[in-house]
Amino acid sequence: MDKIYLDHAAATPVNKAVIEAMLPYFDLHFANPSAVYDIGAEIKKVIDEHRERVGALIGAKAEEIIFTSSGAEANNLAIKGVVFAGQKKGNHIIISAIEHHSVLNSARFFERMDYEVTFLPVDEYGLVDPDGLKKAIRPETILVSIMHANNEIGSMQPITELSSICREKDVVFHTDAVATVGNIPVNVHELDVDLLSLSGPSLGAPKGTGALYFRKNLRLMPLIQGGIQENGRRGGTENVPGIVGLGKAAEIAAQELSHSENIKRVQQMRDRLVQGISANVDRIKYTGHPDRRLPGHASFCVEAIEGEALIFMLTGEGIYANTGSACASKALKTSPVLVAIGVPPGLAQGSIVFTISRGNRLNEIEVAIDTFSRAVKKLRALSPVWKGHRHL
Amino acid sequence: MKFVEKQKANETLDLVCRMCPMHLLEPGEKLKCMKTGQVLEVLTDYDGALEDIPRWCERNGQEFIGIEEDDDCYKLYIKKVKQGE
Repeated sequence: MDKIYLDHAAATPVNKAVIEAMLPYFDLHFANPSAVYDIGAEIKKVIDEHRERVGALIGAKAEEIIFTSSGAEANNLAIKGVVFAGQKKGNHIIISAIEHHSVLNSARFFERMDYEVTFLPVDEYGLVDPDGLKKAIRPETILVSIMHANNEIGSMQPITELSSICREKDVVFHTDAVATVGNIPVNVHELDVDLLSLSGPSLGAPKGTGALYFRKNLRLMPLIQGGIQENGRRGGTENVPGIVGLGKAAEIAAQELSHSENIKRVQQMRDRLVQGISANVDRIKYTGHPDRRLPGHASFCVEAIEGEALIFMLTGEGIYANTGSACASKALKTSPVLVAIGVPPGLAQGSIVFTISRGNRLNEIEVAIDTFSRAVKKLRALSPVWKGHRHL
Repeated sequence: MKFVEKQKANETLDLVCRMCPMHLLEPGEKLKCMKTGQVLEVLTDYDGALEDIPRWCERNGQEFIGIEEDDDCYKLYIKKVKQGE
């Protein structure tokens, strides 16, 4: 049975060219980049070259990139780094209600320390209202963090509009771009953001890699105290193979994204999936914004079905998708994102998310439509909720 | 310790929140791009810099002008007097 992987928001396969680029840095070029001798200095140079590649993917300079261990660490560094550095300026933070847990919980961390946090509501598509942000900013606001795109519902925020409000009010603006970098062209200058987080596994780099873009001259308190690594902004010997992998993956992604047909092809597959599923399955809600969304992202809430059961059934047929929020799913908790966009709790239990990448093929999408439709029928046949619903 | 007030500078290096020993590495790099006679202002919140930077200037043949305390950091002033740095 061929496996069909449609969960690229969770992880992407590491490109062979990326693995090959990384391998010499495990044994051949193993020296510590902070060492003063030549083989250490050579590695330091390699790190900086790959810093440049990661920067180039998002239109940033090399010195504006800090390598991290993940997108979650980049989010933590952005929020805690800015808030701790700016504690004399104010004690108010604004985030949206549908941020990733690494942003939500970093903000909540400060709530316990007598900071005030405003959780901006979103509309039925998951979008933040720019006027709402304007009204929420106070003189003591030191940071606004709003994600570029949401991994559960695919909606993309009007970042430029939101960042310009913050620029006008002289408030630092961060965006979590883990869901977008590598999937669509992203440019920090066009978005006009002060900080931007990205994750390696979202763009064909290995797990354990990520980066934070920060505008030059922005004060940022390090999370990991150490020495001169990352120019004194993140202690700890660098993950050299990981950095090389992230740099190489960024280079490949930049090249692939420069051809708009690559993005268009992903979008066509997504559109076909949405059309096929909507035509075959009744009582299903397509979540997120219909147009303003990630090109490979399709998310649904299926009535009278548990998302987890559907995932297991699809997995049995070799199809890999997601319920949306791994944390919420494992804790059997309703997704806070779906609650925030007004999906009733019962319907939110039937959440399923497909994330398609450039590596997928249209025939895989056809198989997924057919398998999904059959799985829903089978599960509904067993569902007392569905039976009750049918007899109403 | 030498204190100054309203010292003018040609360049500023903001090292607030940066970890030790960046306060000893970055000024040297910055001075390389400056002309003799120009003044570099170093902003830092690291207490150790108050002793380290004057000593670094002495060792590297640069002139340490003095320190000014600001609300959230120290401002240290270095005059480039030696070429090649």
